Amino acid sequence: MRSLRLLTVGGYISYRALFGWLNPFMYTLTLLIPSVTQLAFFVYLGRAAGVAGDGYYVAGNALLAAATPSLFGMSQAIAGERYTQTLALLVVSPASRVAVFLGRAFPGTVNGFVVSIWTFVVATLLFGIAVPGSAVAPLALAIAATSFSCVGLGLFNAALGLRWRETGVLANLFLYVLLMFAGVNVPLARLPGWLSTLAQGLPVTHGANAARQLIGGAPFAHVAPQIAAEAAVGACYAVLGLAALRAFEVKARRGATLKVA
Amino acid sequence: MPRLFRVLGFGLRVHFTMLSRSPFDLWVVVASPLIFATLAHFLFGGGGPQMLVAAIASGVMGIWSSTTASGAGALQAQRRLGVLELLVASPMPFWSVLLPISIAISAIGVYSLAIGLLYVRLFFGVPIDIHDWPAFVAAVPATIAAIGALGFLFASALVRFRSASMVGNVFEWPVWMVCGLLIPVSVLPGWLQPVSRVFAPTWGMSALRGATLGTGHPWADIGVCAVLAAAYLIAGALCLRFFLHAARARATLALT
Repeated sequence: MRSLRLLTVGGYISYRALFGWLNPFMYTLTLLIPSVTQLAFFVYLGRAAGVAGDGYYVAGNALLAAATPSLFGMSQAIAGERYTQTLALLVVSPASRVAVFLGRAFPGTVNGFVVSIWTFVVATLLFGIAVPGSAVAPLALAIAATSFSCVGLGLFNAALGLRWRETGVLANLFLYVLLMFAGVNVPLARLPGWLSTLAQGLPVTHGANAARQLIGGAPFAHVAPQIAAEAAVGACYAVLGLAALRAFEVKARRGATLKVA
Repeated sequence: MPRLFRVLGFGLRVHFTMLSRSPFDLWVVVASPLIFATLAHFLFGGGGPQMLVAAIASGVMGIWSSTTASGAGALQAQRRLGVLELLVASPMPFWSVLLPISIAISAIGVYSLAIGLLYVRLFFGVPIDIHDWPAFVAAVPATIAAIGALGFLFASALVRFRSASMVGNVFEWPVWMVCGLLIPVSVLPGWLQPVSRVFAPTWGMSALRGATLGTGHPWADIGVCAVLAAAYLIAGALCLRFFLHAARARATLALT
């Protein structure tokens, strides 16, 4: 029961603290506008390159929009504690780490989902992408799976924050890797074979592929394996993140480097 | 007058050095050329002059990125360090303190250009074959100064905004999009194309592209950069004067 309370109430309070300003205008400036302008940039870049149609970039970048709040939000799970001088208190507390950090991951997933849906809706209106009615619910599922997988990667990034102070730089690095190699802006067929293979293990790759097929009229049964693969990638990163959190915490306590990392 | 130049020169040197040691600021300027030159390689393919221009464009993107990431929030950084009131109260005009910070922020973008060129040379074998070196060498500082002046205008206009850096970030992707860096302006919708002309990166890129390929009128573009920089400086100084006066009159300099 205590862990459940930590997971839900702790996650909710942490999420509110993350957006300490609690100001919808800043949320719009930070997440909603950049996600759309970034998508528009790649649609026009795609038109200039003539590699793929608008739908390719809309689907990919709308799903990638979930990555920004997930990666940066989760990195604050550690960086924010360090900034407010509460990281050491958190580490010495007997609270379940899994409950604490999964509690922070859940609002992050919801946030990524909201930003991604917003980006998708605005982009389809701006660029005239038709979405079949039957694709709406499966698309929402693909977006939810992608948000979860991005949060999984964010959890891993948060763990790295116990060793490296510059979590913002790391989050940026992960985001750019997704931007280039997750099949969001460059079709996997244009990447070298080894990069294309590597992309199968990245968040967004399978979700974006599923979204494109759904827009193209594919039935849910056809894309279900892709959505499942996206969720599986997320679960792998979440487990990796929790394991890394544990390992780095032990290492930091042993070396008394929690505050100086 | 010598004192003013000393403040400008000293400020530029100190802030350029400080920024050159900041992992975040360095990442911002280093990442852009690596990412966008890579994307250009995979999307447009090939090498040669077009890839060289893409590398330069991604360098200019880095300069702009630095300006939006740090330039708009330059005053907020001084506020966070607790020296904003001291700087405002000092006998030197405040613009002479803020301008070197803004120019230094865009000047570290020179790393971006250098890394972009080095990257395409080493990884994609693109020869650094610049058609008009004097124009290219003149275009680099002109572009940096003009973008820095635009950062000065942003910082001045947003002096009373607590989250100025967030507002600045909003301009990152749109300016990359409309300024003809990686995306030709002709691809954009007709109503958007004239917007590119008010932004310094458009003319800086045009000068650099012209000097590299031997096309267009790079010296004229450098001239437009200078005119735009002067306009940004005048507008920024007026904004600064107005907003600082309001903040001092209401004693809200430290609060906003």
